[in-house]
Amino acid sequence: MATRFLQRYSAGDRTNHWLIVLLFFGAALSGLAFFHPSLYFLVNLFGGGTWARILHPFMGLAMALCFVVLFVKLWRHNVMNDLDRAWLQHSGEMLRGDKSRMPPVGRYNAGQKQLFWLMTVCLGVLVLTGFIFWQPWFAESFPIVARRIAVVLHALSATLLVIGVIVHIYAAIWVKGTVRAMTRGTVTEGWARQNHPLWHREMTEGMKQAE
Amino acid sequence: MSSLQSLDIAKRSATTTPSTQARKHVAEVAKLIDVSSCIGCKACQVACMQWNDLRDDVGDNIGTYDNPRDLTPQSWTVMRFSEVEVEKDKLEWLIRKDGCMHCEDPGCLKSCPAPGAIVKYTNGIVDFISEHCIGCGNCVTGCPFDVPRISKADSKAYKCSLCSDRVGVGLEPACAKACPTGAIRFGTKDDMLDYGAERVVDLKERGYANAGVYDPPGVGGTHVVYVLQHADKPELYHGLPKDPKISPLVSLWKGAAKPLAVAAMIGAAVAGFFHYTRVGPIEDPDDPEADRNVARDDANHPTA
Repeated sequence: MATRFLQRYSAGDRTNHWLIVLLFFGAALSGLAFFHPSLYFLVNLFGGGTWARILHPFMGLAMALCFVVLFVKLWRHNVMNDLDRAWLQHSGEMLRGDKSRMPPVGRYNAGQKQLFWLMTVCLGVLVLTGFIFWQPWFAESFPIVARRIAVVLHALSATLLVIGVIVHIYAAIWVKGTVRAMTRGTVTEGWARQNHPLWHREMTEGMKQAE
Repeated sequence: MSSLQSLDIAKRSATTTPSTQARKHVAEVAKLIDVSSCIGCKACQVACMQWNDLRDDVGDNIGTYDNPRDLTPQSWTVMRFSEVEVEKDKLEWLIRKDGCMHCEDPGCLKSCPAPGAIVKYTNGIVDFISEHCIGCGNCVTGCPFDVPRISKADSKAYKCSLCSDRVGVGLEPACAKACPTGAIRFGTKDDMLDYGAERVVDLKERGYANAGVYDPPGVGGTHVVYVLQHADKPELYHGLPKDPKISPLVSLWKGAAKPLAVAAMIGAAVAGFFHYTRVGPIEDPDDPEADRNVARDDANHPTA
């Protein structure tokens, strides 16, 4: 029997996600250039220090706005439940290669859900704090003390977001068959049955009814 | 204005490796501003404008003699006029020349992300090297005295340079040259502190019991020092901070947190690489090329 594919993300979802990715790299690399002198050379990707300073807030804001679109679509699938707590307890075993004791998972597992909320919070903090010291447009409307607090929170949430994205990328590579969900929009039935069995059941019940 | 000879630089913004240390037998300079001798004539403002080719826009009168009202990218020094009653019914008109304090531990330099945009010379002068400035405003955030100003025209930061170009050729700063009362003096920091001490003795004899020299230790001392009649209350002088230091938020932001954060990010990526090569991925059951039912060489690899 030929492999059956299930659709996980529409073309709109995929474009939205990859726009976020491009804008993330723009904002993150320019931000990292300002974060540590050893990474300052990254400003050359943007035409120099001044251009990087000009473009960084626009790229970050655009990224956050694109994220809002995906957030509105997916937040309901990312609400934590009791199954998630059990998944988290056994997640160490899974990382060591033993998935036998993992509870069944719906569209997103607890790790994915945690990452979703981490990204949401981080982007929220980044946008709000970013405005406070955005030169030349907004910074002078805020007192210097506010700018100092904002800059510390901005750097902290950016660091957490970058680490979260590294985990996100790694997980997509580590669970084989996942990347095609975002590049092609579809996943194999075997992938779904193994990694998101409750979601697989929802999707295939619909297919059976269609047949 | 920077010296083209890089050996003169003692500290450089956004630079993790040490600056040149060879030319260290250099006298640290200081500008001393004796507030008790200042008459508020603003010759210093004019001299600064003339030497540095600055012309500011005409502003508004807000009921004091402050003109301009604030430091700007085109006004690197301004006189601050404060009418205070230190003792009841005894009006004092305190006139302070505001501008960059040229700190020994500059908050602006610590905050600046652009390598070489802010430097401190071996003589103690803190200078902005505008060609490297990216206009991010971090210097404003880092300065304990609210001195740097970002220009709306070119998005670059500006402040008093302590006439580094004049000092570099053995001249005193323009403001010191122009001051008619000798309230602004320039020389080695040691000489300026000695002179300041003499002025304090004189002020105390005249009844200013709390006269002193303002050389705040919280920023490592400054290369602009004030002689104040009321050194116990610097806030009287238009909000001169009493114990200025670089904000702990700035130190947190720019301190050990940075290399640790970068290490954490790189560490996460490296950890992923090692995890993949040790544990291996979770295979897709429908992938014909997946790694399954691996025959193990148990004699040589007894653990799975």
